[in-house]
Amino acid sequence: MWKFIVRRLFVTFPQILLLSIIVFLMAEMMPGDALTGLIDPNIDPAAIEAQRERLGLNDPWHIKYADWVSGLVQGDLGQSFRFKMPVSDLVGQRLLNTFWLSVATLIFTYAIALPLGIISGRWNDTWGDRLITGYTYVGFAAPLFITALVMLWVFGFQLGWFPTGGSVAPGLEPGSWDYFVSKVQHLLLPAFSMAVITTVSTVQYLRSEIIDTKQKDFIITARAKGAPESRVYNRHIFRNSLVPIAAFFGYEITGLIGGSIFVENIYGYPGMGQLFLDSVLLRDFSVVTVVVLIFGIAAILGALISDILLSIIDPRIRIK
Amino acid sequence: METTKVNAELQSQDSTSSPSGLKILWREIVRDKIALISLIFLVLISSFVFGISIILDQDEIVTVDLFAIHEPPGDEFILGTDYGGRDVFGQLIIGTRNSLAIGILVTLIAGFVGILVGLLSGYFGGHVDNALMRLVDFFMVLPTLLMVIVFVTIVPDYSIWAFSLIMAAFLWMGVARLIRSKALAERELDYVQASKTLGSSNLKIMLTQVLPNLTSIIIVTMTLQLAANIGIESGLSFLGFGFPESTPSLGTLISYARNPQTLEFRWWIWVPAAVLILLLMLAVNNVGQALKRATDARQRRG
Repeated sequence: MWKFIVRRLFVTFPQILLLSIIVFLMAEMMPGDALTGLIDPNIDPAAIEAQRERLGLNDPWHIKYADWVSGLVQGDLGQSFRFKMPVSDLVGQRLLNTFWLSVATLIFTYAIALPLGIISGRWNDTWGDRLITGYTYVGFAAPLFITALVMLWVFGFQLGWFPTGGSVAPGLEPGSWDYFVSKVQHLLLPAFSMAVITTVSTVQYLRSEIIDTKQKDFIITARAKGAPESRVYNRHIFRNSLVPIAAFFGYEITGLIGGSIFVENIYGYPGMGQLFLDSVLLRDFSVVTVVVLIFGIAAILGALISDILLSIIDPRIRIK
Repeated sequence: METTKVNAELQSQDSTSSPSGLKILWREIVRDKIALISLIFLVLISSFVFGISIILDQDEIVTVDLFAIHEPPGDEFILGTDYGGRDVFGQLIIGTRNSLAIGILVTLIAGFVGILVGLLSGYFGGHVDNALMRLVDFFMVLPTLLMVIVFVTIVPDYSIWAFSLIMAAFLWMGVARLIRSKALAERELDYVQASKTLGSSNLKIMLTQVLPNLTSIIIVTMTLQLAANIGIESGLSFLGFGFPESTPSLGTLISYARNPQTLEFRWWIWVPAAVLILLLMLAVNNVGQALKRATDARQRRG
């Protein structure tokens, strides 16, 4: 198994490297650089040119790339053209917000997926199953942004159960209990509306997995030995079907990234997705570059974690 | 003499008793009532929007009229007007047309690239396969949505074509992987070997023999992709990175709901478009799922 993990890591590093090169080249294609927002237009162009030379902005791309990467590794994410502050300061709090949003979404996703998947798999072709299958059918087709909007409309505006924007109510002391409660309240609706959609594939997977396992020989054996129905399900079927689900959570990250862009935009939640959209609109490309890089690395690491977890669970995956 | 005749008979019987791939697909749709209704709905709505938009003048509909801002639905405007006094119903029709058209365009471009890469990779295998699949892996790593948004903003002359090409550039990998796996299986079959022995060129085998055998799979994935692409396009337009306001898509109409006032009090602007997207995606998906069942003999209903 260690062999598999090492081999998998050997794939991961080139992936991250390639991602960084692409992101860098993309940044090169974007208009503007570190000097654009800094200078007074009245300065002599020759002085600007000298400054560019001094900062290494005229170097060939591979040298610039090397500089950029060595900066990144040392934690220097660059300067925001617009806000004239280090990108890391802009990213910090928002990254944390998005992290909590993702955690809450994952919790909801599994909290919805497990009962629904189990009910619809165990009692397949009953009314309950048909209802759940219908939900997954619609949920599979429904775009996230429409779901999130409808949720905001119904629960935020019509019923008024949840706050309709931001990540915390204004005027609360950070660290206090009220602050914490307000944070959670602001999280619930965005996370839930994302989870309603992301959970669909897990429910479908769990259902077909349980139905599949139900017909396996070892279940017939268990029944023949006289095991009670609850034991057959809890010990034999669920254990086999649930474990892969737990390992899939790394792959979910890709979905969460796309989702966070829409959901944060709709709920005005100050996270990475929102920062990305704002920076693109402001043409603040040094920030854009960092956000794309962070999201990309998160997705790569997510896939890595899931692959490793799956290989631990299922030895057949460790081929080659 | 006798035996060849019997053989010929058997063969002709065979060809009548086992229907062609397209026939199977069609039969499955007819048997599945929901899929049939969905297909009829799709045909009706697309002929309606494409037909009526010939008469309808897009420029007239997107012209701002400051005397008719936020009119609720009434006699003059069936579905009221938006913040620019533009007729929502007209925008809905044009938006549906644009969303469908761009969805189909992106699906075709991405499908073409995907099929090409998948077919080459699966048919030749070996080094070609390795190289192409690394390319696919590489594209899979990229955060698609973010990349599309970035490229949409930095591309110099932005047009519908540029938008479709950018979208397609990040959405062809799924098709490529699927076609590759099918082509890999296909090339091991006897007919390919026979054809090779007879001296057919690789190109001919790929295009006239392997590709036709993959038709039903291709139709299925393209249909499911179409649903996804309509969703992605409307999502991008919703965020403001799709069509400009002068070329409304369904997502553009929904994006007006980002204004809380519109979301809460002016349902006529965004609810019809949201419902329409949902219906379109459900319908395309229903058809796609029925087709998918048809390609798997164990799941067929018909």
